[in-house]
Amino acid sequence: MNTMNQEAAKPKVELRSQNSSEIVVKNVSKVYGGGPFAKEVIKDCSFTIESNKLTVMIGPSGCGKSTLIQLIAGFETPTSGEITMNGSPITGPGKDRLVLFQESALFPWMTTYDNIMYGPRARGEAGKEATEQADFLLAKVGLEAFRDKYPPQLSGGMQRRAELARAMINKPEIMILDEPFRGLDNMSKELMWKYYASLYEEDRNTNFFITTDIDEAIFLADRLIIMTNLPTQARHVIEIDIPRPRLIGDISANQRANDIKKEVMTLLHEEAMKSFSGGSKAAADFLDAYSKRAE
Amino acid sequence: MSKTNLKDKIFSRSFLRGIITIVIFLLIWEVGARFEGWFGYRLPWVGLIPPPTAVFVTWGGLIGDPGYWQSWYLSFGRVLGGFIAAMIIGIPFGLFMAVNRTFHNLSFPTFEILRPIPPLAWVPASIIFWPTQELSIAFVTFLGAFYTIVINVLGGAKSINKQYLQAAQSMGASQWDVFRRVVFPATLPSIVVGSAVGMGITWEVVVAAEMISGGGGSGGAGGGLGFFIWNSYVGGSYEQIIVGMISIGIAGYFSSEMLRNLGGLLTPWLKTR
Repeated sequence: MNTMNQEAAKPKVELRSQNSSEIVVKNVSKVYGGGPFAKEVIKDCSFTIESNKLTVMIGPSGCGKSTLIQLIAGFETPTSGEITMNGSPITGPGKDRLVLFQESALFPWMTTYDNIMYGPRARGEAGKEATEQADFLLAKVGLEAFRDKYPPQLSGGMQRRAELARAMINKPEIMILDEPFRGLDNMSKELMWKYYASLYEEDRNTNFFITTDIDEAIFLADRLIIMTNLPTQARHVIEIDIPRPRLIGDISANQRANDIKKEVMTLLHEEAMKSFSGGSKAAADFLDAYSKRAE
Repeated sequence: MSKTNLKDKIFSRSFLRGIITIVIFLLIWEVGARFEGWFGYRLPWVGLIPPPTAVFVTWGGLIGDPGYWQSWYLSFGRVLGGFIAAMIIGIPFGLFMAVNRTFHNLSFPTFEILRPIPPLAWVPASIIFWPTQELSIAFVTFLGAFYTIVINVLGGAKSINKQYLQAAQSMGASQWDVFRRVVFPATLPSIVVGSAVGMGITWEVVVAAEMISGGGGSGGAGGGLGFFIWNSYVGGSYEQIIVGMISIGIAGYFSSEMLRNLGGLLTPWLKTR
């Protein structure tokens, strides 16, 4: 089921999850409300999040990706269809699937360090191993100097990094990230890509990353899933075989990256056009934004 | 607090501004009250009350009077008793209502019917229910703070960002841990606000309750600053009425200030915003 990655050198601190896992989403639909107000957000959606890979899902904003995350995380249940993790159905939230939300969910009443240590402490595992990992991760995300600061004292990018560290210390079998770098300025965003990619390359656990940003998707992904507009379905999967570690410059300089980018933009453009004719505000915004970028 | 720190605080701009208003207020009052003596015309309202200088003279005479301090002591005791009881019962009550749907369904309607009843409307019933006068005043005081604390705690705990709870859950936290380390600290600011507002209401209620119940002799029952004012009114000492009023103002201010400082210590992260 899983193809183990051969790692040349073992990192100082072991962050790798004990198991590697995959998630299979099969014919899942999600309907909100009932009767005349029923709204089908996801329709007959199927895809696989392969183990030990960074799967990126891209689609127009407001297309139900966040709902998919609620389902995979187990905070909500699908109306029909099935989501399984390593063959067994998902029944509720658990520490094997860790979610990083769009907005910062750092606890404002805890310092950076206490936030990172939340998971281990909550499970009664706050021993020497956990404190070492916390220190290692603090250094890895460049926040040693902000160890005893509260979240409001950190910049937006620092908060995201602290949150990455808080998630990784739990060694989740699957990490789910819901547009985690949305709203950051371009500089911090590219910096976050590097931090995140290097953390991923460190452990190569299964990651599921949702975004609306094509550059972000291509820079990070092993596999790229392109979604349709509402109701959401997986439309196309591209394997991104650009070698790691990647450079920010690769996105524009690398021929393969450019080809992929063109392909993704064409597909997304078609999706946007489809729903544009359906009068969706989200799609109109999306079209507008991407026609500007293409110039 | 170090000496220089205290000095800085006393001579700080914001402190001086507060003093200026008080001085201007006292000046207008003094002139208004003495207007008739100086110009032969009595100003409405302010002309009827004794001037602040006369009030301070009366106050000076009372400083050495143990009866006056006994009134402070009695009122403070009732406020603290009622307030602490309201916190001990109100905070867990509000939190439990927020986290347990069954308990919320069971208790909220009753709570909401009882809440609009002003604490003072409870005075007669309270005197009948409770064996001693002291207990009935304390009970009415308790009610004053209780509803406010519960409503604030409930509102605070209900408005927690859902993602905090989901994040904690997905990191493997137990329900108890989520409550202890997420729900409770997230509600703390509301607890502090509710307590500060509740403390203010407690002072309002205790004074009115003391006026109604009167002085019960020297046995410790009755008395208090509310009774002190009422007694001065009956005795015709207008200066003492105002001394009593200002005393309550000062007592209330110190109680709230104490609570705010304590609240600040409990919620250090709010200062960083």
